Amino acid sequence: MINKFTATALTTLALALPAQAQNFDDPVEFAKQKDMLGAAANGDATTPWLQYYGDVMADTSGYKKDGPHTICFSNAGVNNPWRVVGWNTMQAEVEQHDNIAEFVVTDAEGSDDKQIADIEDLLAGGTCDALIVSPNTTAALTPAVEKACEQLPVIVFDRGVNTDCPVTFIKPVGGYGFGIQSGEFIAANAPEGSDVLMLRILPGVDVLETRYSAAKRILEEAGLNIVGAEFTDGDRAKTKAIVEDYIQRGNQLGAVWMDAGATSVAAIEAFEDMGLDVPIVTGEDQQDFLQKWQEIGMNTIAPTYPTYQWRTPILAALKILDGEAIPGPEWNLPQPAITNDNLGDFVNASMPPLHYAACGCEGMPGYPERWGGK
Amino acid sequence: MMARLKQINPVFLVLALLFVAIAILSPYFLQPAGYMNFLKRAAPIAILAVGQLYVINSGGFDLSAGALVTLTVIGSSILLDGDASATWWVILAMLGVGVIVGAVNALVVSWLKVPSIIATLGMMITLSGIALTWSGGAPRGYLPENFRFFGRYLIKDLPLIKILPVAVIVMVVVCVAMWWLMHRTNYGKRLIAMGDNPKAALLAGVPLTETRIVAFVMSSVSAVLAGILLGGFAGVSTDVGVGLELQAITAAVIGGAQLLGGRGTVGATIAGALVLQAMFTLLNILGFPKPIRDVVQGLILISAVVIAGYRRRRSGG
Repeated sequence: MINKFTATALTTLALALPAQAQNFDDPVEFAKQKDMLGAAANGDATTPWLQYYGDVMADTSGYKKDGPHTICFSNAGVNNPWRVVGWNTMQAEVEQHDNIAEFVVTDAEGSDDKQIADIEDLLAGGTCDALIVSPNTTAALTPAVEKACEQLPVIVFDRGVNTDCPVTFIKPVGGYGFGIQSGEFIAANAPEGSDVLMLRILPGVDVLETRYSAAKRILEEAGLNIVGAEFTDGDRAKTKAIVEDYIQRGNQLGAVWMDAGATSVAAIEAFEDMGLDVPIVTGEDQQDFLQKWQEIGMNTIAPTYPTYQWRTPILAALKILDGEAIPGPEWNLPQPAITNDNLGDFVNASMPPLHYAACGCEGMPGYPERWGGK
Repeated sequence: MMARLKQINPVFLVLALLFVAIAILSPYFLQPAGYMNFLKRAAPIAILAVGQLYVINSGGFDLSAGALVTLTVIGSSILLDGDASATWWVILAMLGVGVIVGAVNALVVSWLKVPSIIATLGMMITLSGIALTWSGGAPRGYLPENFRFFGRYLIKDLPLIKILPVAVIVMVVVCVAMWWLMHRTNYGKRLIAMGDNPKAALLAGVPLTETRIVAFVMSSVSAVLAGILLGGFAGVSTDVGVGLELQAITAAVIGGAQLLGGRGTVGATIAGALVLQAMFTLLNILGFPKPIRDVVQGLILISAVVIAGYRRRRSGG
């Protein structure tokens, strides 16, 4: 009876798993991104949103078309500050091009179902010359993207899909790279064998899962003691409470690793408010974190997932419609990390606290007001 | 001696036992930084619980309190957007929102004869919807330092206790005021009479609608105050208030408040809030994850009601 029950349960479990289980801890991809971080990108370093690694190009001569063009964009959502900055940057990029007749945008508001319907609607409309997709989640959006590929050139950016049918997939070096940059810093700078708390936003998103797996691998290899990996939902109150809880449990935290920087300041405050020295707390390129870092003189690192990547899909779409070859099927942009040496280049007190410094938006139409700056 | 001991509300004994257990497991809590930080974390829930007690004593529930906490934090951050000079009028505006929410809750119950559990559930959904629409679901704006003063700032270098969080001062001032209103005024007597037996209270000349309005306004204003403390504690957060109304009800019940009204004291409710926070702290020190805390909260809520019912039958109250 028990055996039969167990067998049934296992079968149910197996059926519940997605057909293509995703591997978020892939040593090959880890090594590839590690190599990229050490390599020099092709192109002009003053316009990193046009730089790329390697020399594999996608032939786009078949898509050549006379302008002006209608560019369509299916956005996963504008539901976090990173996406707000990116979305502002993308709109500014569109304004700079006279041969974009129309820029049609749908906002999926963070829902897979709505984004699938959005893409269907854009295809049914029949006016799009090229489609840009920023997928909400990886697996769920794959079929919709595959369908779009049959009709027009597709550009995917930020989060990926499980198909190589798009002309190109634009992203920075990637999640492993992010985890490598922050993990290696902690491994080199935290006291030997000390406790490390890993804080994550939420499970299941490829770019976040890979950051975590890469950092975890490095921290474990360095002999550091990972005392916990907790989900914060990107919520400051939860983050601060979790860090306080770990301190109260008596952990001697030598570092707090963050998979994203939105709540880094809350983690720092937990140490400050308990009257303790602030250890390494990694972050990202948000102004509030960078300013706090400069103010209290921390020794830390801020890997970036640069928002200038929102410029690239527009430029790529125009190149495709000109029949110009572009990096593909993957277009990796440089992914700089902010360190004590170049912190001063990124801190800008006149920008809002949740502005992402690596936006590449200085000098674009409407800067700085469009991004909330003064 | 035994008879006197029996009269002591068991919540105080439970609280003492929990403190001893925590102190043995983590000596950090015997230092000022330890217990003051504990009180700071407990302050918002204590204020919310005492506010909730007003509604419970009137014979109702206020399920909208947690959503109002979230709305306070989100609304303040968007209205302020880091502008320290606007802090005072934003706090006043939020307290005004609290008064309106409380009055609407009470009037829906009194005039439309909707049970409070449904009226405030509707208000909870409405307020969550407003907060979500206003913020777009993501933290926006930010809270300046002078707003965060109440929830975050520590007064340092004091004799004896060394540090004193401003949140603890807020908790003491608010709770003393709410204790005075509940236990030292005619209003408090009318409230308890109404919760105990509304018909008898009406015949005795208690203005039910007015009494209920004040009770719900006390709960809503306490939610705004808790929101100011929580926003100060950690900054902008979109689900800061989720589930707090249930924690507040749990705290009041642990303190011996009778659901459906007529019995419950401010002192025991504060002790109930501290028991809840101490329980969370103990589970944390023992290394239990958050979901286990939810299980424990549910179990102690049920146990507290059972024990309270048993004591009442024994004492014939």
